Amino acid sequence: MAHTSATTVSPGRSVWDGGVSPMGASYGKLMMWFFLLSDAFTFSALLITYGLVRSAHQAYTGTVEAFTFSTEYWPIPEKVFEAVPFLHGIELPLVFVGIMTFILIMSSVTMVLAVEAGHRMDRKAVEKWMLWTILGGITFLACQAWEWTHFIVGTDTPTLVKDFVNGQWVTKEVTGASLAINQYGPQDFADFFFFITGFHGFHVFSGVMFNFLIYYNTFTGVYERRGHYEMVEKVGLYWHFVDLVWVFVFTFFYLV
Amino acid sequence: MAHSEESQVTVLPPDKEKIKKLWTVAGILGAITAVEFVVAFTMGHGSLKTAIFVALTIVKAAYIVGEFMHLRYEVKVLLWSILIPMIFIVWMLVAFVYEGMKFSEINF
Repeated sequence: MAHTSATTVSPGRSVWDGGVSPMGASYGKLMMWFFLLSDAFTFSALLITYGLVRSAHQAYTGTVEAFTFSTEYWPIPEKVFEAVPFLHGIELPLVFVGIMTFILIMSSVTMVLAVEAGHRMDRKAVEKWMLWTILGGITFLACQAWEWTHFIVGTDTPTLVKDFVNGQWVTKEVTGASLAINQYGPQDFADFFFFITGFHGFHVFSGVMFNFLIYYNTFTGVYERRGHYEMVEKVGLYWHFVDLVWVFVFTFFYLV
Repeated sequence: MAHSEESQVTVLPPDKEKIKKLWTVAGILGAITAVEFVVAFTMGHGSLKTAIFVALTIVKAAYIVGEFMHLRYEVKVLLWSILIPMIFIVWMLVAFVYEGMKFSEINF
């Protein structure tokens, strides 16, 4: 690649004098890294706030089998996320998020294979692997749409939730969750679910858009004429970052 | 259009060793996720379980950033300028979770 040769500096000159890439990475790649660093701060802010609010709430202390939804304590995630499409009424804790994690890891692999193909100037292979990556991204988004729908609609049996209506507290039966009311536990639980997975899902969505642009430019031969496929690498960095964030969301929201 | 230039481009053969390595990393990531699932359903909730999850997550993150994002093979200055700012995140996490536990003692 062009940037590997750019690191050589003639004696007596500083790397910072211009004309070379100080960190051995091209301008675009370096800026992508720093953008991702700032994006990591944003996601961390969300996840850390989640940690703060969760540890401020009472934890559920009983056995997993005896667990019921209540606004008194924070729910245990394997009891909230236990549904799988087409298998209504069967408890399959965390299976669906496991499938989603697998899909995202696979699309990360196909992305890195596209980058590898780009290094070899193999346009056909870049096209093939970009299409697989886009497919993985769209599948993940479709899974998330289903998961959100299930979360919003709720379970078959409602939970009794105290709500403040017209100046007084009333107890009512609630199924599902929104930003205003939540059957699974404290209101904050639903709010964090929507904000954290929503913000991540939005990143996946924009990642799919970028991937499509890269596929389009590859298909029309833009990178072949340019002589290198560095754009695939840059967008690849973004796509891996989205996968990385999911690894953290998966641990802190679904497992812990 | 682009097809007229195709003859000028030399396409190198696939780097079998590199591709094999990438699939190995993918396999490791999948295996760690599988281990996380086993831990999730065999261990009771507690700080040990949380510690195992956090440790496995950091291993996964290291593989993604190091191998897939290629950071392990970049110039060391770049590696550290990405990793050192992460100290702020770790500190913020520790401080805020500690604060949260204090909130629950106040019982507002």
